[in-house]
Amino acid sequence: MTSMTLAKALNESLRHSLESDPKVLMMGEDVGKLGGVFRITDGLQKDFGEERVIDTPLAESGIVGTAIGLALRGYRPVVEIQFDGFVFPAYDQIVTQLAKMHARALGKIKLPVVVRIPYGGGIGAVEHHSESPETLFAHVAGLKVVSPATPSDGYWMLQQAIECDDPVIFFEPKRRYWDKGEVDTAAVPAPLHRANVAREGRDLTLAAYGPMVKVCLEVAKAAEEDGRSLEVLDLRSMSPIDFDGIQASVEKTRRLVVVHEAPVFLGTGAEIAARITERCFYHLEAPVLRVGGFHAPYPPARVEEEYLPGLDRVLDAVDRALAF
Amino acid sequence: MTPTAPPHHLPLAEPADRYRAMRLVRGFEEQALDLVREGVIAGGIHPYIGQEAVAVGVCAALRDGDLITSTHRGHGHVLAKGASPHRMLAELAGRVTGLNRGRGGSMHAADFSLGILGANGIVGAGAPIAAGAAWAEARAGRDTVVTAFFGDGALNQGVLLETFNLAAIWRLPVLFVCENNGYATTLPAAGAVAGGAVERARAFGIPAQTVDGMDCEAVLAAAAGAVERARAGDGPSFLECRTYRFEGHHTMERRLKLGYRTAEEVAGWRERDPLPRAAAALDPGEADRIDAGIGQLLADARTFALASPAPDISGACDYLYADGLRPRAGVTL
Repeated sequence: MTSMTLAKALNESLRHSLESDPKVLMMGEDVGKLGGVFRITDGLQKDFGEERVIDTPLAESGIVGTAIGLALRGYRPVVEIQFDGFVFPAYDQIVTQLAKMHARALGKIKLPVVVRIPYGGGIGAVEHHSESPETLFAHVAGLKVVSPATPSDGYWMLQQAIECDDPVIFFEPKRRYWDKGEVDTAAVPAPLHRANVAREGRDLTLAAYGPMVKVCLEVAKAAEEDGRSLEVLDLRSMSPIDFDGIQASVEKTRRLVVVHEAPVFLGTGAEIAARITERCFYHLEAPVLRVGGFHAPYPPARVEEEYLPGLDRVLDAVDRALAF
Repeated sequence: MTPTAPPHHLPLAEPADRYRAMRLVRGFEEQALDLVREGVIAGGIHPYIGQEAVAVGVCAALRDGDLITSTHRGHGHVLAKGASPHRMLAELAGRVTGLNRGRGGSMHAADFSLGILGANGIVGAGAPIAAGAAWAEARAGRDTVVTAFFGDGALNQGVLLETFNLAAIWRLPVLFVCENNGYATTLPAAGAVAGGAVERARAFGIPAQTVDGMDCEAVLAAAAGAVERARAGDGPSFLECRTYRFEGHHTMERRLKLGYRTAEEVAGWRERDPLPRAAAALDPGEADRIDAGIGQLLADARTFALASPAPDISGACDYLYADGLRPRAGVTL
């Protein structure tokens, strides 16, 4: 067990992937000499060379398109998108090409491309630098969409994503980059798309992923002082979604609140609410509630605390669900 | 009974071979137009008729193992690179014997075993994929050349210009082939492409030239030089092939009666038809013999396609992921 930040865990994970598979490449803006604006690729170009850790021009569509071509011919490119909002110039390549080629070719080709995207708010940035666009990718068949919440998951899930033969959109919760946690580099990791019970409870399930898992754990702690036992489920994967894991938890607690930074409107929580209502109708004591961002452009830094779902908003939803 | 397509090989080495390949593409497209009208091919196609000299001339400069990316008007490229006309026609007709078992259709036909990385429904989208594939080949120490076909419409797509830049700074073995048929759907290229096609490539330091895209031998000569350059490790080249599509942008066009070209303009280009031009250079009677052979081949392809079954809806979500995850199995999607 080693204690490290999420940023360091991701860096170690990339290092391990570069060491263990010569077909793994890193590509992106400022990822080489600088080591990435968030320093996730720090030191990798120095140790693995400019041919494997590649500083690219500012051309996201060209970068992802080139990564697709490399993957078609046997490489495993890992593309860094500098900020969440910068992925949209590449959205065309991701949605129209990357997501669809495997099915179109009936499995005869593989597209092992990882697109790493630092996402979410909480670092005093602005629109295009604080957004949570995961649903826009989860809606596209053929992509896998995941997000780690802890350094341990950062370390393991990124390696699993790189080893995966499918395209993976890997969302990194940027406001958690500097949070520390224990990482067991000798552990056997859980499957990439399995939800994880981050805290056990009896009265209600809080389902979250990425940056909101920490908030939900704080909520559970606060609720415990009021005598309420909340289970916190770290979903880890937004596509596929581990509905079996959510169902098992909800059959026990009979109440579900889904929490994410992304707008509530048509967000991951909407799909979960619909599916869990279908699967657990007779177990539910309350409607599935959702807590998330507003259906509005991400606000400037001064007011982002108003936008982000925090302790109070989640606790309010917990109260409402328990009062039914 | 699902029929099996016969082995297929398309030589391009000799002028007679190239005439035969152009006749194959022309005849394939004419038959496809019939099948669209008959309702056998659902949804329509973007016919390649008129542009055959480009696909055949460029592919004649390539060798086995070279790669191509294609376009929405891609039947000519796919056939000229050697794909089975039987399986291509079955693909258009949505049959399980198609190149993509009937799931790709006209705009997404691909045959990776022949280096055909795919036709493409998105204008310009194949270019960066070609660049990436070229980079992978160069990294592996192979002297493969990758050709990215696109039309004049793609000249205005940002991703193409991004790819020019990446291919130039990384000296990738890519041949950019712009088939300038004069129109992006109905928009005349003359008023839509500021500065000109070759000037754009040259701005990135990419050697560029314009060739007569109605002359297969001229296209071959220009492409051969560019391919040689790429194979030698000297980086990308750009060819603008001036050509023309005799049919509409899409088979829907006739029904919509889009009047953006004059009859005189179409007739003028038809006089420059690349097939009679190539036939005239052959021995007397040879073109007729070739035409008869292609006629039989295409009749067989039609029989094959029509005798093939359609895919079953129960497999709609197959092949979604490489690890076999699918709805209602394991992790629910």
